[in-house]
Amino acid sequence: MADLRKPALSGAGASGEGDVALASPRRVLEVPVWRVRLRLLWRSIKVNVGLFAENPIGLVGLAIIVLFALMALAHPILMATVWDRNVYDPVVGIDVTLAEFPSPPTAAHLLGTDPLGRDILSQLMWSARSEFILGIVAALVTVVIATVVGAMSAFYGGVIDTLFMRLADIIIMTPYVTILIVMSALFDVGLFELAIIIGILAGFGATTVIIKSQALTVKVRTYIEAARVAGGSNFHLIFKHIIPNLLPLSFLYMMFTVTSAIFSEAVLSYFGLLSIRMSWGLMIHTTEYSGYLLDIAKWWLIFPASLSITALCAAFYLVGRALDEIVNPRLRKR
Amino acid sequence: MAENVLRVEDLTMHYTTRAGEVSAVDNVTFSLAKGEAMGLVGESGCGKTSVATTVLRLLPDNGKILGGHIYLDGTDLVALPEPEMRKVRWRRISMVFQAAMNSLNPVYRVGDQIIEALETHLPGLSIAENRARVEELFKLVGLDPKLMDQYPHEYSGGMRQRAVIAMALSCNPDLIIADEPTTALDVIVQDNLLREMTELQKRLGMSMLYISHDIAVIAEVSDRMGVMYAGRLAELATTVEIFKTPIHPYTIGLMSAFPSIVGAKRELATLPGEPPDLLRPPSGCRFHPRCPFGTEICTQQVPEFNDHGSGHFAACWHPQRSA
Amino acid sequence: MPAEPLVSVQGLQKLYPLTAGLFKTTRSFIHAVDGVNFSIPAGESLGLVGESGSGKTTTGKLLVRLTDPTTGHMYMALNGGKVDISTLRGKELKVFRRHVQMIFQDPYESLNPRRTIFDTIAEPLEVQGIGDVVEREHRVAELLSMVGLAPPETFLFRFPHELSGGQRQRVAIARALIVEPTFVVADEPTSMLDVSIRTGIMNLMQELAARLGVTYLYITHDLAVARYMSNRLSVMYLGKIVEMGDTEELLRNPLHPYTKALLSAVPVPDPTLPRTEPDIKGSIAKPIDPIPRCRFFDRCPIAQKVCENSDHPPLVDKGAGHLAACYLV
Repeated sequence: MADLRKPALSGAGASGEGDVALASPRRVLEVPVWRVRLRLLWRSIKVNVGLFAENPIGLVGLAIIVLFALMALAHPILMATVWDRNVYDPVVGIDVTLAEFPSPPTAAHLLGTDPLGRDILSQLMWSARSEFILGIVAALVTVVIATVVGAMSAFYGGVIDTLFMRLADIIIMTPYVTILIVMSALFDVGLFELAIIIGILAGFGATTVIIKSQALTVKVRTYIEAARVAGGSNFHLIFKHIIPNLLPLSFLYMMFTVTSAIFSEAVLSYFGLLSIRMSWGLMIHTTEYSGYLLDIAKWWLIFPASLSITALCAAFYLVGRALDEIVNPRLRKR
Repeated sequence: MAENVLRVEDLTMHYTTRAGEVSAVDNVTFSLAKGEAMGLVGESGCGKTSVATTVLRLLPDNGKILGGHIYLDGTDLVALPEPEMRKVRWRRISMVFQAAMNSLNPVYRVGDQIIEALETHLPGLSIAENRARVEELFKLVGLDPKLMDQYPHEYSGGMRQRAVIAMALSCNPDLIIADEPTTALDVIVQDNLLREMTELQKRLGMSMLYISHDIAVIAEVSDRMGVMYAGRLAELATTVEIFKTPIHPYTIGLMSAFPSIVGAKRELATLPGEPPDLLRPPSGCRFHPRCPFGTEICTQQVPEFNDHGSGHFAACWHPQRSA
Repeated sequence: MPAEPLVSVQGLQKLYPLTAGLFKTTRSFIHAVDGVNFSIPAGESLGLVGESGSGKTTTGKLLVRLTDPTTGHMYMALNGGKVDISTLRGKELKVFRRHVQMIFQDPYESLNPRRTIFDTIAEPLEVQGIGDVVEREHRVAELLSMVGLAPPETFLFRFPHELSGGQRQRVAIARALIVEPTFVVADEPTSMLDVSIRTGIMNLMQELAARLGVTYLYITHDLAVARYMSNRLSVMYLGKIVEMGDTEELLRNPLHPYTKALLSAVPVPDPTLPRTEPDIKGSIAKPIDPIPRCRFFDRCPIAQKVCENSDHPPLVDKGAGHLAACYLV
């Protein structure tokens, strides 16, 4: 039974042709490893983007995000070209040609002006940038903290685990708005400070518990044992094996943190507790402060800002849900 | 000649996946006589479990029967509408799945689960009558009837398997399909269970279809056996016949690759390559890429499933006459 | 001339505490490995067989120090001297890992799905700081050819999900052998593979063992496979070795009643060969706080008073290197 007719080239079949040249061994090994890794990374990005694009929920969310991003980018352009700085500045601009403020939408002021004479559309667009910065900084802080803490808690167990889990319990139990209010009483909380605080709270709070539970499932996998037998140190196991398997989940929760951050900022600004110059929440605060909150006739004072908050929060949430289906293949519809 | 309780004719079934159509079962034909124990042997992906789920019409959403017939005592199950099929399942054909631990619901008592099956398929009996039947079944499979009121986690692996067999027997089916019934069990427990299943089968005169990847198990429990490869039946004959004079090169290869603790220690043959991808199966005979006897015709034409004498079927262009 | 064995194990014991009660008082212990002695000469292959709960997998894990023994010692002849590997720590432990490796049972689980085949096989080199990236690449390609995954370039930067079970197991073997270990523990490496693939892997392992001079401990529940992969066999039951000896001799002439029962329970791929029913009663218990008597007493068909009244019989040479732990044979 020794004679082979056609040695079956199993598994090599359809996938993966063209990525690594099938030339002589020496030739192929001359392609530097980092180049190959880059190519593999690119391939995996393409695959994931493809998966993401199949989900209409994610695409809608992404579209909204892109819309607001464009708004944020368009603002400085408009300020430099079409808009008169004195009139359209979101914080100190004022239109002296108008008789009374707030004034309804006109050709010059597409969304009207606020009680202080500032253009609403300009405020909206300018704030979009801050909201993004806030959201992304908070999300990054959360993800870094939650991933490292979650992985360490799961890996080491014992005292470290107890410590971080109890900390998480305390944070989850405490209404975070209260914490933020107290903080703003203690020191000046601007946008950046707020982002860091939210990031830390979320990072040591619920997110870390979720990531830790995922890390626990990774920790008991056989390939971790195999890595240990190969001689891997704890550091190697955590950072080269466990954390890479946590990243999809971390990335997912980043989206939810952005939502939470934007919303928290809106709430705090509404109460006038933040030291920021302009934001959507602050726009609503200005409306309230001037007594126009319940004045539906002056809809442009509330709706643009609150709808923007809702829309951007929802957008990130939808993207998060779409990512969830990629990260958890079981949620996929087939 | 005993009449056939099951006759499968040219059964073909595909799974539709993202990547394409998977040809899981292709023109499979065999029959099972009343009171007979038949084995279906093959490696993973050969289609043996697919045949079982197709016979029971328990295909997932993406599975579709493309052709063929499944005659259960004359009725074609392929054409049967679902409500009718529901009456057939469990009452006429029942199945013992692999890893029975997963077939038992952990939050219900084992006895209650069997009673539920009875109530669903044989309604009209009182609780007392059903309980009596469960006791009877437990004794039949070698379980202490007192265990009826315990939960699955309180049972050992072997006991759980027996409970699942009891469930399969509960409605007095004509045919039981056992898919790898002992794979997850220790060897001594496996031996025990196989002996009891064989004895039970003979005593009740039941027909059984055993599915396994282990030819030793099939050798011991089945009167007839079929060897499946890549969705097709390679060979079909009585067990003794197949072991004595295997015809299909795959069967020969499989047997010489199987280590045994009895007899002289011989060198184990290796089968080169791997089982084919059923998304793009090889043309002609699906075994040709690995077959040492393959020729031109094997790559072009699907070999016919012919009788090579006294009911010994094989699908090969170069059947091996000697053992 | 009897050379120092490569591996020798004395009184090896691994206990797992069972916590019970509201105050988490530890009263009971699972005796997973309960006082095991054996030695393996260099170049040999010892098969460790047993059913679930026998302690064979735990023994394997102890030998590669994936878990630490509760008591007892494991010695290995490394670098010319006899080293007690039971208590190694830190740097010494890392060096130890260059000499002892493991092949795991599940080819689908023992490879990290996010790492390329290159990364997986090169990992031992990476963590031990051997060679630079280019050298590692060459070495990995060499190993890939050695385990039959050729041409190596097509496999280097694949991911595990692109390979079949048999191919993955070859990768696992390559990973175990890349640091040129002297001793490899193989924990049921073929039990999750198809039969036609299994023999290929088995032959590969034997061929590599001969070529590279590797000593094996082959753990399996399948006696037929153990027959082919080992020249000496030891049978475990509830954490103890009950019989040990030359493979063919043991299979031909089993002494311990458990071995006899085990052998008679294995199905034979020959429908014409009748098989006697295994002479054993009851079922396996969990090795929790075992009573000091022969562990096999409650299932043994030939048990006598002496078996109940004395502690578990020691493993004694019954002639020509065939050891059995039984008072009655």
